[in-house]
Parts: sequence; structure tokens; C-alpha cells
Amino acid sequence: MPTDVIQVEIQRGTEKDSHVESFEVPAYENQTVLDLVSWVQQNTDPTLSYRFACRVGMCGSCGMMVNGVPRWTCRTHISKVLVNNTVLISPLRNLPIIKDLVVDMDPFFDKWVAAEGVHHGELTRHDPIASIDETSQARKEANAGIECINCSVCYSACDTVKGNDDYLGPAALQRAWTLLNDAKDEGREVILDAVSGRGGCHNCHSMGSCTSYCPNELDPMSAIAGLKRETTKRFFKRSH
Amino acid sequence: MKSFNQARNRAHPLWLAYILHRVSGLALAVFLPLHFWVLAMAMTNPDKLNGFLSLTDSVLVKIAEFVLVFLLAVHMFGGLRLMAMEWLPWSSSQKTLAAASAAVSFLIAVLFFLQAL
Repeated sequence: MPTDVIQVEIQRGTEKDSHVESFEVPAYENQTVLDLVSWVQQNTDPTLSYRFACRVGMCGSCGMMVNGVPRWTCRTHISKVLVNNTVLISPLRNLPIIKDLVVDMDPFFDKWVAAEGVHHGELTRHDPIASIDETSQARKEANAGIECINCSVCYSACDTVKGNDDYLGPAALQRAWTLLNDAKDEGREVILDAVSGRGGCHNCHSMGSCTSYCPNELDPMSAIAGLKRETTKRFFKRSH
Repeated sequence: MKSFNQARNRAHPLWLAYILHRVSGLALAVFLPLHFWVLAMAMTNPDKLNGFLSLTDSVLVKIAEFVLVFLLAVHMFGGLRLMAMEWLPWSSSQKTLAAASAAVSFLIAVLFFLQAL
């Protein structure tokens, strides 16, 4: 039996009416932030709302603010984030709160589509499959961002998202950059149109919070810089 | 609650570099109109300018001048950093090497300059 307890503070309520509740949770040797939240929900307060699915860092559904930093809670060991044996867990920033730790992910996914983060194919099943040169620079750029799990940690970390409702955000722009570099995607022009608009890549101030906090150690900031270069090149090519 | 969340979120070098660049730029934007106004006195009111320039002997103004040069340097290097970061598709190790070599060159040049003074 564990002898120690951890003080867990959880933000409860809705967008307009939120407060913090404290819980005491038994400490175990191997314990993630998600384990703490699950313990509270299963043993103390069954009305606590939160979201998770895979618990192995693949589905991207358990993102929360942990002591003010967005994290994937299923892969965040509690010993790494405890301050004075206390942890504050709140819903992801920059997204509407539905209840407790559950946010509405719609704006995040809508922007993913608005950035043309969808497949643009022109071939039919009768055409040969486009060949991929794994050693090409474009493929390396595409591979760099392909492990995104849509957890919205970068979106929550970004101050530009906070200040500009139209901004597409790091994840959606990184997806656009990945597709732009993918030999199997035919959407170059529509992607560049989508990311050079009002909420596009040129809003990014390179604050780097996306890259600092991405749990998969991806680099959306550099992907957005790539989009800035490509859209600018296209602008100057068009203008003469 | 919200302010607590945001303060922690920003404690990393890239964000600090961003805010240093932004604040130094704003401070320079406030300073430059005043600077031009004082310089314009050379044409419009030379006596007032002389009175104003005598202020530069005070320690406080000397410290302010140091801050000003610091802001200029920070803003210039912040801008170079941003341009290199966004416009040159270098790997992060290449960027680190470039920044380190620029810093060392700058240090040598400043030492050389100070010796010449």
C-alpha cells in the first residue's frame, strides 16, 4: 500500500463558471498524470469529466495543461511535474471548455481542413503508384512532421493562436507543409493558397512554443518557416 | 488561474528570444521620435540643445545610453536570428554553429575595437 499522497488540484466546471478542486491521491512508484485523474474519477468523484483512449501516446486525446504547460498526460510521469508534492491540472488552453478537463476540439480540426490538410489525389486506381525517393530533401521534410497525433498540445501552447482567432495554428500548418512535400499529393497550389491567407503561416512570430512542447518532438515552427519560404517564392515568381 | 497557466507556458529560450526582440523594438520605437526631436533642435533652437546635451554628463543618462545601445544590439541580432531561422532551411545544428561563430566574431571585433580606443 502506498504511504504518500499527492495533492491534485483540478480545474472543474465550464468556460464561464470554473473553479479549482483539491484531491488527495495515493502515490505509486510508476504513475502518470492521467493515472491521477483516473484515480480521482474512479474513487472520489465520478462526475469528473476528462478524455483519453489509448494510454500509450498514439491517439492524442488526453492532452491537458499540467502546471500551466500543455502535455500528453498518459506519457507524463507525475514525478517529473510535481512541485511541492502538488500538481495543477486544467483543460487545454485556446479551445472552448465543454466541462472540467474536456475541451471542444472542433476549432482545431476545422483549421486542419482549412489549411488543406487533406489528401489531394489526381490518380485513379489504374495509374501506377507514385514512387517515393526516401533520400530526397522533400521526403525528409515530409517525414519530419508525419508522426503528428493531433493532440493539440502545440495549438494550446501557441500565443499567436491565443491572440488571433483566424490563425490556423502549428499542427494544421505543419500538416500542410508535410503534404506540400509529399510526392503523392497533388494539391500544391490549393495548399499554398490556404496557408498564405489571413490566418496563414505569415502570422507566426516564431515564438517556438509548438516545437518546445510537442510531445512527439516534432518541429512545427520549422515547418511553418518552410511554408513562409514557399509562399514568398511563389509571390515573387507570380509578380514578374 | 489563467495567468498562472500562461506564465509557465512561456518559460523557454525561443519565447524569451521572441519577447526580447519585441520589447527592444517597441522601446526603440518610443526612443527614436524623441531622438529625432532632440537632433532637430540643432536647427530650430541650438541654445536649448546645448542645455539638453549637458544632461548627458549625468550618471543616469549614461546608464540610459548603455541600455539604448544594448537594445539596439539585441534588436539587430534578434532580427538577424529571425531571418536566418525563417529564411535559411538549415538544420538546427547548422544554426547553432552559425550563431556561435557570429557571437565569437562579434566578441573578437569588440575586443579589437576596445583596444583601438
